[in-house]
Amino acid sequence: MTTQPVQVENQTGPDAAKTAMLRTMIRIRRFEEKLAWLFKRGQLPGFVHLYLGEEAVAVGVCAALRPDDRITSTHRGHGHLIAKGASIDKMMAELYGRVDGYCRGKGGSMHIVSFELGIMGTNGIVGGGIPIGTGSAWGDKQLGRDSVTVVFFGDGASNQGVFFESMNLAAIWNLPVVFVCENNGYTEWTPTHELTAGRIVDRGTPMGIPGEQVDGNDVEAMRDATARAVARARAGGGPTLIEARTYRWHGHNEGEEAFAGDYRPQSEQDEWRGRDPIAAYGRTLVEEGVLSQADWDAIDAEESAGVEAAVEFAAASPFPDPEEALQDLFAATPKGSMR
Amino acid sequence: MNATIERPTYFINAMKEGLHAAMAEDERVVVIGEDVDRSVIGATRGLSADFGRDRVRNTPISEATFVGACVGAAAVGLRPVVDLMVGSFFYVAMDQLADQAAKLRYMSGGQVDLPIVYFAATGPSGSGAAQHSENLHPMLMNVAGLKIVMPSTPYDAKGLMLSAIRDPNPVVYLQDFVLGGTKGNVPEAPYAIPLGVGDIKKHGTDVTVVAIGATVPKALKVARALEKDGISVEVLDPRTLVPLDKGLILESVGRTGRLVVVDSARLTCSAASEITAMVVENGFDTLKAAPQRVAWEDVPVPFSPPLEKRVLVQEPDILNAILKTLS
Repeated sequence: MTTQPVQVENQTGPDAAKTAMLRTMIRIRRFEEKLAWLFKRGQLPGFVHLYLGEEAVAVGVCAALRPDDRITSTHRGHGHLIAKGASIDKMMAELYGRVDGYCRGKGGSMHIVSFELGIMGTNGIVGGGIPIGTGSAWGDKQLGRDSVTVVFFGDGASNQGVFFESMNLAAIWNLPVVFVCENNGYTEWTPTHELTAGRIVDRGTPMGIPGEQVDGNDVEAMRDATARAVARARAGGGPTLIEARTYRWHGHNEGEEAFAGDYRPQSEQDEWRGRDPIAAYGRTLVEEGVLSQADWDAIDAEESAGVEAAVEFAAASPFPDPEEALQDLFAATPKGSMR
Repeated sequence: MNATIERPTYFINAMKEGLHAAMAEDERVVVIGEDVDRSVIGATRGLSADFGRDRVRNTPISEATFVGACVGAAAVGLRPVVDLMVGSFFYVAMDQLADQAAKLRYMSGGQVDLPIVYFAATGPSGSGAAQHSENLHPMLMNVAGLKIVMPSTPYDAKGLMLSAIRDPNPVVYLQDFVLGGTKGNVPEAPYAIPLGVGDIKKHGTDVTVVAIGATVPKALKVARALEKDGISVEVLDPRTLVPLDKGLILESVGRTGRLVVVDSARLTCSAASEITAMVVENGFDTLKAAPQRVAWEDVPVPFSPPLEKRVLVQEPDILNAILKTLS
């Protein structure tokens, strides 16, 4: 990161943690808004799925994790990565296809990986990360560590077979995994309730997996629910399913207006924008006296500047040598693993 | 080759000896799959007695999930070995195999090693019918990111298993069904055969027959019969298809000037097709006759014995292909 943390006077412990959550949500917001702007102007190769409106889920969940805990992410994964500590410089460079990106330009938006940060990858296949995260939880447990893996997935992925299979495997092997379903109401361009029987949160019940439905726009509620699930997993209590109810402000992917038409009522969109998780949390922190409006504004300005700096960083980074396309398929010699 | 050792061993037990050696040398090696404790095919039978149920784990019948779970587990330091039981079952797990396991290292810019072995008994077993007779090595060769091992002898089966498990990449190890009960001499002490190194199973001067998996013993039988007629056939087993020992194949064809490739898979886009194209591109000047491919008919493998026989590679097919290159 190129920005300095904002100084808010007399902040310690819980207040500092709250301010950090607000800051991270704002970072995600400004990053995603910038991507929408860049996409519209043809500055980004490929296509992006934005996390606008869902920031409280990723930030609340990751606030309950340790650095050595892990996540698997989705096609809508930028928020998860930023919340887990990813550098927006290196993320932006990856989105630009540049050599200073996390994957040296080989991955792009849907395949950003940073194993050292416990980020096992965003994923281009809906539900694709669910078995992988179940597996990292198994690996950590088998190797005697107490790390926990959070598996992020969407409401659409809740209808993939691997979701049910992975819950079953996690239950019978008692794995330290937290399944976090971000239910944003739409499976691509179709309302999820038309495609999904029953409540997603109940889908672990037959397997004995506790489920909790949480307001996904309430960052502290997300943090607290995740903390309970993580504590249980770390203590050997096995998996938990969390269903976060939220809403994506933008389309399934940027540019969808070219073909998707109106598929979400304006009143519904207005209602959810009125429940902006960042505005709500900022107001709460001001009311609680955690920070002032001026502090909030300063944080926002810093994060906006940070995103501009990330774009500059990305644009200044060279494209990889084309011959790099032929590298990294196989490891030539044993290098050791993630840690 | 180690021809001096007198220790006849079943192919399936040679695989198990390789597995056992790998588990003994590295406690991060774990074996999972359906019924791996009892092991219907046999390669994992008894391992749980030596290494415990924690390292030899029965899975639910959830191929996609346990194939994918190994990606996450390997990324954090485990070395999983997966028994898929039957080659056709790879289809159930295709996203996790082809889109996740094979691609994660590459997509991440080489950030992680994924030491995983996926093995299965594969190919026709005698009226196994369409869904238990598949050989997926041709399509898996096209995935990029999977190494592919397909041994033909118990000796190779053991040494290649140890190398596959030691390899820091996803390896698909295919045990041709019909070879499981064949016997050959296998040294007791562990040994490794490097991936990507082919083996000439019989030297010859008139024609090179590249044979894969269960077609190797068939090709050898035909080659020995032709010896009586004064035709000297070289039988070359690539042993691994990714990486492929192109140098050995080109060197052999360079000497004989003739090529037949025998594959236990459908003809279209078979390994035989790829190997033939590779030789034509790189060794055209050395060829004295058009190369011949011997493979299955392009239909699913049928159940009834005469139908199955019609579709699969038979010894006369190999013989005729050899004679065609010599005519």
